[in-house]
Amino acid sequence: MSIDTDSAAAWPAEIHATLERYDVRQVAYVPDGGHAVLIQMAHDTPTMRPIALTTEEEGIALLTGAAVGGQRGVLLMQSSGVGNCVNMLSLVQMCRVPLLVIVTMRGEWGEFNPWQIPMGAATPQAFEMMGVRTVRVDRPEEVGPTLDAAARMVYDGGAAVAVLLSQRLIGAKVFVK
Amino acid sequence: MTAFSNRPQTRDSVKIMSRLDLTKRLVAKLHKHEAVIGGIGNTNFDLWASGRRAENFYMLGSMGLAVPIALGLAIAQPERGVIALEGDGSILMQLGSLATVASRAPKNLLIVVMDNGTYQITGGQPTATGLGADIVAIAKGAGLSQAAWAADEGHFEEMADQALAEPGPWLIAVRLDAEKPKIQTTRDPVQIRSHFMRGIGTQPAWGS
Repeated sequence: MSIDTDSAAAWPAEIHATLERYDVRQVAYVPDGGHAVLIQMAHDTPTMRPIALTTEEEGIALLTGAAVGGQRGVLLMQSSGVGNCVNMLSLVQMCRVPLLVIVTMRGEWGEFNPWQIPMGAATPQAFEMMGVRTVRVDRPEEVGPTLDAAARMVYDGGAAVAVLLSQRLIGAKVFVK
Repeated sequence: MTAFSNRPQTRDSVKIMSRLDLTKRLVAKLHKHEAVIGGIGNTNFDLWASGRRAENFYMLGSMGLAVPIALGLAIAQPERGVIALEGDGSILMQLGSLATVASRAPKNLLIVVMDNGTYQITGGQPTATGLGADIVAIAKGAGLSQAAWAADEGHFEEMADQALAEPGPWLIAVRLDAEKPKIQTTRDPVQIRSHFMRGIGTQPAWGS
């Protein structure tokens, strides 16, 4: 994976540092361009086990297995994957296990692909109707404190929280050449 | 690798066996506090009927999740053997998870697929395996090279012995008759989860 680090923002490193500070070991993901830097960092961190999923709902079950096994995990996806998780979130709500999801938003700010718009627009409701609290981040300086607050709610409080990184924060999608 | 390779079988060639009998045979071999993740439906009910092990987790909610739950647990606890029991209908809904397991290749994971070719609990409608799909071929195609059909009960026991003793991941597929479970599990999810966590020696670090 090659990432253009010259133009990379600082916030992926802040997310990574927060996940390290909370001793997060399993980093499950279905990739998105907005998560590319963070995913690469997870691959480069010996204490983190990156797990490439075939579909997002696998990650809900995987992180439940991690939690009951005594290990902390995080799930990375883009907003188009959130709908895939809806039924599986019953597991999190019913078994009362912690869940941290970090979602890069599509379909909301300068989106060139109209197919992304419906699921992007429905993402907060999809989480909330299944008992997952959402916290939205629009500005780079809010990423670190928001993630820290979410991680504390999840790993200390046992909550299910999705941090939504807005498309304005990430930058409208351009396909990696 | 011997038990898995010495009697190569196809789905059509293997003996049709009893789920409860096979589950009891498997559970009888678990002497090292191996964790068992039971998949939704009749697989769970016969696991329940095979003894109330503290290290059993009964996934009663969504189809296809026993394998990824078992994978997360196997990564979290690499010294513990972890077994996922799934039905054919359930695993068919999450076939990608077989590729995920193959890519992480946890040494301590065994998947047992209980294949009766039907959605038995909803009235016996045929699944794709009943119409020609072969789970072992799919698993091998997904990268799980240590996958095989059990020819009969004795072969199943040999395979289970090998899978519990040697580095995995493993997948054993068995053909089942249409016998229905006699009893059902309790259903309270938090109770199931906390009982299981006590059974495998973990405590919630959250909200406690």
